[in-house]
Amino acid sequence: MTNESEATWRLIGTRDSIPLREGRRVCFGDKEAAVFNLGDKFLAVESNCPHKQGPLEDGIVSGEAVFCPLHNWKIDLNSGDVIAGGEGHIATYAIKVEDDQLYIRF
Amino acid sequence: MERKKLLVIGNGMAGMACVDAILQQGPHFDITVLSEEPYYNYNRILLSSVLQGEKLVDDIYINTKEWYDANGIDLHLGAKAVDINAPLHQVVTEKGDIFHYDKLLIATGSDPFIPPIEGVKKKGVFAFRNINDVNAMTSHCEEAPGRAVVIGGGLLGLEAAYGLIKNNMQVTVVHLGNRLMERQLDEIGGLFLKREIEKMGIEVLLQKSTTRIMGKDRIESVQFKDGSIVEANMVVVACGIKPNIELAKKAGLKVNRGIEVNDHMETSDPDIFAVGECVEHRGMVYGLVAPLYEQGKVLASTIVGLKELTYEGTTLATKLKVMGIELFSAGDFLAEDPSMEVVAYEDHAFGVYKKLVVHNNRLIGSILIGDSRDSGRFLKLIRDEERLGDKRQNLLFETPPAVAGSPEDVMSLPDDETICGCIGVTKGQIVCAVKENNLKSLAGVKKCTKASTGCGTCAGTVEDIMRAVNGGELEEVADVLCECVPFPQEKLRNIVQTQKLKSVQEILDVYGNGVGCQVCKPALSYVIDEVWCGEHTEDRSARFINDRVHANIQKDGTFSVIPRMRGGLTNPNELRKIADVADKYKVKLVKVTGSQRLDLLGVKKADLPKIWDELGMPCGHAYTKAVRMVKSCVGAEFCRYGTQNSMQVGVDLEKELEGLYTPGKLKMGVVGCPRNCAEATVKDIGLIGIEGGWQVVIGGAAGKVVRAADILVTVSTTEEAFEAAKLFFQYYRENGKYGERTYDFVERLGLEKVRRETILANKEIQDAILNRLEKSKANTVDPWVVEAKRPATSMQFDEFVLPKDGAALLNNFPV
Repeated sequence: MTNESEATWRLIGTRDSIPLREGRRVCFGDKEAAVFNLGDKFLAVESNCPHKQGPLEDGIVSGEAVFCPLHNWKIDLNSGDVIAGGEGHIATYAIKVEDDQLYIRF
Repeated sequence: MERKKLLVIGNGMAGMACVDAILQQGPHFDITVLSEEPYYNYNRILLSSVLQGEKLVDDIYINTKEWYDANGIDLHLGAKAVDINAPLHQVVTEKGDIFHYDKLLIATGSDPFIPPIEGVKKKGVFAFRNINDVNAMTSHCEEAPGRAVVIGGGLLGLEAAYGLIKNNMQVTVVHLGNRLMERQLDEIGGLFLKREIEKMGIEVLLQKSTTRIMGKDRIESVQFKDGSIVEANMVVVACGIKPNIELAKKAGLKVNRGIEVNDHMETSDPDIFAVGECVEHRGMVYGLVAPLYEQGKVLASTIVGLKELTYEGTTLATKLKVMGIELFSAGDFLAEDPSMEVVAYEDHAFGVYKKLVVHNNRLIGSILIGDSRDSGRFLKLIRDEERLGDKRQNLLFETPPAVAGSPEDVMSLPDDETICGCIGVTKGQIVCAVKENNLKSLAGVKKCTKASTGCGTCAGTVEDIMRAVNGGELEEVADVLCECVPFPQEKLRNIVQTQKLKSVQEILDVYGNGVGCQVCKPALSYVIDEVWCGEHTEDRSARFINDRVHANIQKDGTFSVIPRMRGGLTNPNELRKIADVADKYKVKLVKVTGSQRLDLLGVKKADLPKIWDELGMPCGHAYTKAVRMVKSCVGAEFCRYGTQNSMQVGVDLEKELEGLYTPGKLKMGVVGCPRNCAEATVKDIGLIGIEGGWQVVIGGAAGKVVRAADILVTVSTTEEAFEAAKLFFQYYRENGKYGERTYDFVERLGLEKVRRETILANKEIQDAILNRLEKSKANTVDPWVVEAKRPATSMQFDEFVLPKDGAALLNNFPV
C-alpha cells in the first residue's frame, strides 16, 4: 500500500483518452480515482460515492461537479464535498497535463 | 312479493332515461328491454360528433352492459317488436319470440321522414338517424369522395353537412323553405346562419324541391322541380322525423300524429305508457331531448302508482352549436303579431345576431346567433313569464357587460339557472356537487350530476363554475424542465427545432445556465435525438451511464444484460448461448424478467462488449427509456381460446418499433383473446384480439401506478391495428415529456385529444406522423452490434490500471 509520502505523478495516458465532460476510473494499487475532463481542466476525486459507493466516473458532469449514478448525490470535484443529496466528503487528487499527457498524483 | 313485469320497447335515450327515473323510485319491476338496434343505449345527439370525427362510437354510449346488469335489466339486442296484443298483455318480436308484460312502455322514437323523391331508394342515399347510418356514410365518403347533396336545411341536415365536409366531401345543402332552420330561426337569423355556413365552403340552395335522384349503379346527380341539376355521388336525406306509431296503432291505442298521452303520460290503455318522440301531448310532438327527461320523470311517478307529477309541456328552447356556431332559440321568436315588440342587435362583421320578443311587458321569445351567453337569463324570463318592469331597459345587454366566460360572470348567475338544458341541471346543483365532492374535472361533474352528458354544449360553462368554486385551481401551471433550462418541454422542443440546435451543450449555452444537470441533460438528449434523428451530434456525456454502456447499472456498480427476445419467444440455440456466456463470464444470476426475457445480472462493465459479441442477440434496451418489449400470449396458433395469432403479431410489432427511444420506457403486449393472458390491458400499448379484429389500447400500467388501458380504437385488420399503434407511438414520442409514461401522458392530454390528433386526424397529418416515425426507425442502430467491437468513446468500458513502476518516468515533475 502506498501512502501520501510516497505519492508522485503517475502517467494515465493521453489527454484525449478521457472524452469531454466524462469520467474514467484510474487505479493504482488499492487507490481508485475518478478522473474527469472538464474541457479547460481535469479534476479527480476518490472514485466511490460516500453514500453507497456508487461509481462516480459513471456520473453525469454538471459544471465542476458530478452526480452519482446511483442516487444522484452531487459531489464538488474541486473540494470532494458532497453538495446535494446528503452530507460527506471524499478525497481529491491532483491532475496535471503535460505535452498532451495526463498525470495523476497518486 | 313477486314483482310486476315491465316491458320496454325501445332502447333509446327516452326509454332508458325513463327506466332510469323508474329505477330511482325503487325496485318496483322486473324490467325487460327490447332493442331493435344491436347497440347499448347511446346518445343520439352525439351521432353528429361521430360523423364529424370528433368522437368514436365507443364514446357515445350512455349506459354500458354493466348498467343493465347492475340494475337487473334483461336486455334483448336486435329484438324488433312487431306486434302488441293488448288484451293478452303480450308483445311479439320479428323472430317470433313472445314477451309477457304487466306494464308496457313504448319508447319507439321516430323514423326519418323520407319524402317521395324518385330514386330515393338508390344505393348512395342515406338517412342520418342511427349508428349504422353514420358508419355507412363514413365508409361511402372514404370510398367515393366527391360531392354530397344534403336534402333538408334543418338542424339535422346542417349537422350532416358539417360532418360530410369533415370527411373531405364537397357539400350542397338544399332546402325547401326560404330560410335555414325555420323552426328555430326567423328570416334574418336564417341569413346570418347561411352566411356563416357558406364561409365553411358549403353551398346552400333555398326554395329547392328535390324531384329525382339520377344515376344507375351509383348516384350521378340530383334534379329539382325547377329543372336545375346538381352533380353528386351521395345524398343524405334529413327532412325531419315522423313519430314511430305503427305498434301503438296495432295495439289499438289512440293515436294522432303521435301516440296520445295525458298529463300523467298515460295512453288510452291503462297498462300501456309511452314516452319520447313517439308521443303526442296536448297536440305537440317533440323532437328534442329536454322534453324526454321531463316526460320520463312524470311517467316514472305515474307507473309506480304515485301520480304526484304532471307534465304540462316543455317551452321549446334550443341551445346548441350548429357546425361550431353558437345558436339559441326559444319561445315565440317570430313576433308576427303587431302588438309584439322586437329588441334586436345585428353585427354582420362578427356574425352576431340577437333578437328578443316582448309582449305585454313579458319576454316571450328569443333568437341568439354567434353569442349565446345570455341564453340562460332569457330562457328563465320566458319560462317564468316574469314581468319585466325595470329590466326592460337593459334587457339585451345587462350592465356592465361581463367578460365572456369568466368565472365571476358564471358565479353571478342565480342558483336556479339551468346550465345543462338537456338533463336539466341548475347552477346550484353543480356548485353543490363540486363543493361536496371536491370535483376538479368535467368527468367528475358528469358522473355526479349528469350535467353535460347530453349535447355537451355547456361543458365550458360547467368548467367555469368548477374553476370559480375551486378558486381557479384548475389552471395549469407551466412546468419547466429544470432550473438549468427554465422552459416547458413543449417549448424546448420547439426551440430545438426552430433554432436548429443540435447538441445538448448548445441548448444549455444559449437557453440555459451553460452547465446542465442530471435532470435536464438526458431530457435534452432525448429531445435532440427525437427532433433531428441522426442529423445531430450525439453527446454521450449528457447521457445517463446506462445509455453510454447500453446496460443497466446495479447497486454494486455492475451491470445487467437483457437480450431481446421478441414476443417472449426463444429457442434452444439462444438459450445455449446465454448459458455459455453466463458460465464463461461468471454471471452472478440469470433471471426470467416480467417482460418474458432473460436477465444476466452482475456483469462487469469491461465484459459487456464481449458478452454482446458472443451472444449475437439484439439489444433488448432494458436499461433505458425506449421500446422495451412486446409480451405475448400463445394465441390462436396453440390456444383453444385464441382468436388472433398473437405470437407472430407480437414479434412483428416488436420488430416495427424496436430500437426507438421514447419519453418513458414503453412496454407492449399482444393477446389473442380478451382473457388477456399477457396482460395487454396494463401495457403502454396493447393489442387485444377479438373475434374479427383487434382492440388497440393505450396508457395502461402495472407498476408504481396501476391503470387499465384506454381503448384507442377497435379495428378489423392487423394492418389497421399496427397503424393505430404506430400513430399513438410516434405522437407520444413527439409530445410526451421526458420521463412521462403513457399513463400520465394520456391523462394529461385526455383520450379525446389523443384520438383527435392520431387516429381521427386527417390523412395528411397521419401520413406525416407515420413518415417521421419511419425516418426515425430508419436511423436506428443496434448499439450492441455497433459498439461490441468499436466503443463510441475512448476507454468507454475500461479503466486505467497504472503499472507499479509507472511513477519512475515522472519524478522530474515538481510536486
